Amino acid sequence: MSQEKLVEIKNLKQHFKTGRNSVVKAVDGLNFSIYKGETFGLVGESGCGKSTTGRSIIRLYNATDGEVLFNGENVHGKKNREQLKKFNREMQMIFQDPYASLNPRMKVVDIIAEGMDIHGLEGDVKARKAKVEELLETVGLNKEHANRYPHEFSGGQRQRIGIARALAVDPSFIIADEPISALDVSIQAQVVNLLKQLQEEKGLTYLFIAHDLSMVKYISDRIGVMYFGKMVELADADELYKNPMHPYTQSLLSAIPLPDPIYERSRERFTYDPNDHDTSEEPEFREVRPDHWVLCTTKEFENYQREYSTVTE
Amino acid sequence: MDNLLEVKNMHVSFDTYGGEVQAVRGVNFSVKKGETLAIVGESGSGKSVTTKALMKLIPMPPGRIKEGEILFEGRDLAKLSEKEMQKIRGKDISMIFQDPMTSLNPTMKVGNQIMEGLIKHQKMNKAQAKKRVMELLELVGIPDAESRIKQYPHQFSGGMRQRVVVAIALACNPKLLIADEPTTALDVTIQAQIIELMKDIQKKTDSATIFITHDLGVVANVADRVAVMYAGKIVEIGTVDDIFYNPKHPYTWGLLGSMPSLDSEDAELYAIPGSPPDLLNPPKGDAFAPRNEFAMQIDKEQDPPLFKVSDTHYAATWLLHEHAPDIDPPEAIKKRVAGMATSSNSEKGDRL
Repeated sequence: MSQEKLVEIKNLKQHFKTGRNSVVKAVDGLNFSIYKGETFGLVGESGCGKSTTGRSIIRLYNATDGEVLFNGENVHGKKNREQLKKFNREMQMIFQDPYASLNPRMKVVDIIAEGMDIHGLEGDVKARKAKVEELLETVGLNKEHANRYPHEFSGGQRQRIGIARALAVDPSFIIADEPISALDVSIQAQVVNLLKQLQEEKGLTYLFIAHDLSMVKYISDRIGVMYFGKMVELADADELYKNPMHPYTQSLLSAIPLPDPIYERSRERFTYDPNDHDTSEEPEFREVRPDHWVLCTTKEFENYQREYSTVTE
Repeated sequence: MDNLLEVKNMHVSFDTYGGEVQAVRGVNFSVKKGETLAIVGESGSGKSVTTKALMKLIPMPPGRIKEGEILFEGRDLAKLSEKEMQKIRGKDISMIFQDPMTSLNPTMKVGNQIMEGLIKHQKMNKAQAKKRVMELLELVGIPDAESRIKQYPHQFSGGMRQRVVVAIALACNPKLLIADEPTTALDVTIQAQIIELMKDIQKKTDSATIFITHDLGVVANVADRVAVMYAGKIVEIGTVDDIFYNPKHPYTWGLLGSMPSLDSEDAELYAIPGSPPDLLNPPKGDAFAPRNEFAMQIDKEQDPPLFKVSDTHYAATWLLHEHAPDIDPPEAIKKRVAGMATSSNSEKGDRL
């Protein structure tokens, strides 16, 4: 994996006005980068702002503050139609609910080809059809499926259509917002395998947003943990699971039930109390070990360093 | 221990324009007092229909219990009238539904919703019922009960709402609690709280629980026994250790293999190919055969009976027949089972 930054998020803020005097700070000052060819996992509980982050990156929301640099260029800010189109081609999204994200009145062929039409990628009807059929086969469907409507498909198949649609314009970066949460276990594995395989074939970069930690661990190279609009910990997937430092990450990990009865009988859950932190000092995002970042105060930082200096890889 | 509930050869069908959908096709199981039975399976495998049929909550028509007996403390629920069922529902058997957003009445104060069953079944007056409601809210861990009972469901968070649903289900001290994916809509940390709560209450009240879920992690945590359902049938049933450490049915292998473990570095997940069969026209023979890489000729012709593995463990696959070739589970699954055993033996701190 290269160390070349594909996406760089700098101090991203997304605030929503919910009344005259109240503002929801869904995302509040995020900083992280996604390298070319990697899968970046974003986890956290519902309401922590992980989906908002994904949507802000792809400009479905206009960011309140901060920058999203894609290949060095800011995604937000003033843009004409041509520039926007360019971004939309590079960046695509796979949505959570395959029942809600496909237009029930459109045929599969038109759903998949819509992006190609907009970008003028396939001129004549024949080439368009051929490309759609090729995409359907890439995601494990038949080309006969092209002329059907979304309601004729099962959840897993629909999610495959969603993936085919995202691939249609040859993007380099795909944001997958809980792409498997609505699917059955056996189908989840199929879709995850497909995403991995496509990444290898096409060199895609993923931002994988999910709350299912074991799946995130499996698919991601690096993982960021979010809590109330802030990133509290960021590390390599293995490192995060081996040495979680922030108490919130620890509580999140201790809450996952594993399919292992003996382990389950002895698992102890650990609750996170945000009041345990020293509030006199504003916590900062610091690198405790190489590539392992934690949101902490100076004192906590020293403690973490002491505690984890003895731990080897 | 006597069986609290015994289901014998239950068939449930729905009559639709397209024909008869055989959602449940001959299910046998029993639940003892104080025990938790988990039913796992994909959507459409009939797990929810099975439990709804126990409470006769399936709309009839189009649904009907085609045959079979549901013996609850020796009484056959399948033969009871709607009036008689109403006396049992919420009192002897109660249910926790998946989605707390939709299972509470948005126009009714929370306190009144919990009281409903108490007044109806226990013949309490309002003051007594209110006292009991306060006790229940304390039991399920909702603080500040006095003011909370006057609030509406939308003023509660998802986890708190599910606690209210649990309180309603527990109000009349049911002997059997049916929980239909009670934590699927919740976050992991909230899920852990609700599960701990349910286990705790079960210990205190000695009630039996049927727990429906598709999350095998949750199953490993809550269950004493596990039934795996596929296409309207139980394909494997056994104690939780039988199912996780000695699975015999290829479908169970697939389910276990399709969940990544936290320390697995495998290149690919073991996915079950294809999708579940259409129960409008259930396939001939073993319904799992088209997705089963170990399927034999006989699987396409005859449905396998439940073969006995041990006194507690049964599986419906021809692979267990004495004439069947010896087939080992796929490498990925063997590794998983072995990995589980070692991860449990290693220090707890390892993963934390």
